[in-house]
Amino acid sequence: MTESYPLRTFIAHAVLILGILIVAFPIYYTFVASTHSLQTILRPPLPLLPGDRFIENYSEALFGGVGRIGGVSVGTLLFNTTVMALGIAIGKICISILSAYAIVFFRFPLRMTFFWLIFVTLMLPVEVRILPTYKVMVDFGLIDTYAGLIVPIIASATATLLFRQFFLTIPGELVEAARVDGAGPFRFFKDILLPLSKTNIAALFVILFIYGWTQYLWPLLVTNRNDMNTIVIALRKMISFADADTEWHLVMVTCMLAIVPPILVVVLMQRWFVRGLVDTEK
Amino acid sequence: MATVDLKDVKKIYAGGVEAVKGVSIAIPDKALCVLVGPSGCGKSTLLRMIAGLESISAGAVSIDGKVVNAIGPTERDIAMVFQNYALYPHMKVYDNMAYGLRNRGTPKDEIDKRVRETAKTLELSALLDRRPRELSGGQRQRVAMGRAIVRNPKVFLFDEPLSNLDAKLRGQMRVEIKNLQRALGVTSVYVTHDQLEAMTLADQLVVMNAGLVEQIGDPLDIYEKPASTFVASFIGAPPMNLLALTRDGAGRMPAGSPEEMAAIGHGSAAGSTALASAAPMLTDGSLVPFAPQAAAILGFRPEDADVTHGAEAPDGALAIPAAVEAVEPVGAESFLYCAAAGTRIIVRVHGRATARPDDQLRVVVRAEKLHWFDEAGKRV
Ligand SMILES: Nc1ncnc2c1ncn2[C@@H]1O[C@H](COP(=O)(O)OP(=O)(O)O)[C@@H](O)[C@H]1O
Ligand SMILES: [Mg+2]
Repeated sequence: MTESYPLRTFIAHAVLILGILIVAFPIYYTFVASTHSLQTILRPPLPLLPGDRFIENYSEALFGGVGRIGGVSVGTLLFNTTVMALGIAIGKICISILSAYAIVFFRFPLRMTFFWLIFVTLMLPVEVRILPTYKVMVDFGLIDTYAGLIVPIIASATATLLFRQFFLTIPGELVEAARVDGAGPFRFFKDILLPLSKTNIAALFVILFIYGWTQYLWPLLVTNRNDMNTIVIALRKMISFADADTEWHLVMVTCMLAIVPPILVVVLMQRWFVRGLVDTEK
Repeated sequence: MATVDLKDVKKIYAGGVEAVKGVSIAIPDKALCVLVGPSGCGKSTLLRMIAGLESISAGAVSIDGKVVNAIGPTERDIAMVFQNYALYPHMKVYDNMAYGLRNRGTPKDEIDKRVRETAKTLELSALLDRRPRELSGGQRQRVAMGRAIVRNPKVFLFDEPLSNLDAKLRGQMRVEIKNLQRALGVTSVYVTHDQLEAMTLADQLVVMNAGLVEQIGDPLDIYEKPASTFVASFIGAPPMNLLALTRDGAGRMPAGSPEEMAAIGHGSAAGSTALASAAPMLTDGSLVPFAPQAAAILGFRPEDADVTHGAEAPDGALAIPAAVEAVEPVGAESFLYCAAAGTRIIVRVHGRATARPDDQLRVVVRAEKLHWFDEAGKRV
């Protein structure tokens, strides 16, 4: 198609490249800023080309520690955030796939009641229940712990509904074939349902990891100690009202580093994703 | 290896639908029993109750003399071939076949041996590393068969396994299933709505209608002696011609199509005739000799009829005046569609038909080829 219309191809590419430039420029500029000294950044205009302090800035942030957040290194922040994002993503997937499994494939009393209970929680965002949840966390002594960061937001009605919809598309005959083949509930889940859900799990993992990574309100409440902060909270804390008080070069480094894990997850999972799409067939 | 016995089996679904209303069938060892009937008559439900996939509302299902009502599908030692094959989409053909054995804890080398043997019988050896979506419909069907065979179960259950194949492949697979079943000698229950499939496959044919058994027997016996108008019109293609009889000298019955005749046979009040003592006649007034006292419906197979342009009725034969509506040559035979006695009669003649549309002629059937049914549609 594109072969026969060189002009059209050219225009299409030009438009696409322009779009990418516009989207990528702020990120590039952040990167540029992260390679200059604080003085250079504070003295406008900021250069358009990377400076010579790449190694110094990054190693200072990663290993030295940032003054405004009590000398905690960005490495620690990255670790905290990764634990939380992974915990949320994996936890949400485990819980929701199991509850969807129960709701779709088992007949038990009040099944639909449970379904609707889960469904209704969709309408209750974290913000609505934040005070009681906080109180519970305090009572359990979970402030400043990974559990405190993860557990309150680990249940997901959305993911449960997504899995439910997917499970409903699995033909009844397949379930019966497995029963005749001697697969009990556990085997059916492990050997049939999980492999068939691969694609959905990969997609959800990406979405939920980023959701966890960018959490703001809850980590802000539940962590007080600087070394338990997530990267988003720490970034906020690094910025002072006075420009001169803010270590802008480290803020920029932290920003750059904060973007890396979500990008990695997207890139890595995308492969899975595609493979899942190619391999499975309902 | 096993007999299957159904004793007054009933199924009432949660919604109150009575899908199976008391069915008793005794399937002998090594027999291929075919359940045939129109869509929605409860065949699948019955099969699924034998499989243990559906609970049994009343009655008893026994396999090998042992009542299995309370036993799950795994322990019943049955294997099932589903209409849409129900292959595990993410597993290779090999694993699809091996899965049931693995779940039973069969040793690995034993599994390997059996899967490869079965694959060889079914000519699947070259496909073992493929996934279901890389197979054609016929190949998937074979894999589904292989998955059943490899387990070496007591009973095979088939739920319309060929209905998703094209006509040619269906014919091939039909022969193949029959041969395999005979070679393996495994008692089988086969569900279909296709009477041709039923006739050709069955050792024991069970004709079902509306949750009840209409007739059980050898396929040809059923063909030759249908127990009811329903069976008569369901088994055989084209179906048996059915004509309403009346004994009321003056009165004429409303025109009835074979479907309506079958409905009469089904206890529906519509069209029932008052039996008088006069000689029975067709609705157009032509007399019907030889009719037994209780007969209300007359039936004959299209191939048992012939046509004549002459006025004389041959001795010992019934001659029905008819008008040819259409002629359908199929090659070896031709079908004549005739209007007679207020209904349509199909006559099958060998080779080329000499009759032309709009010809007035007589349909001739020898007395011993006539079937008689009473008002309720039961054979007389
Ligand atoms: N799970 C079910 N719940 C309620 N009614 C059902 C269910 N399955 C089948 N039926 C009803 O039972 C009757 C027989 O169905 P089925 O055994 O599938 O017929 P067949 O296989 O002969 O076409 C139908 O009227 C159908 O609507
Ligand atoms: Mg069916």
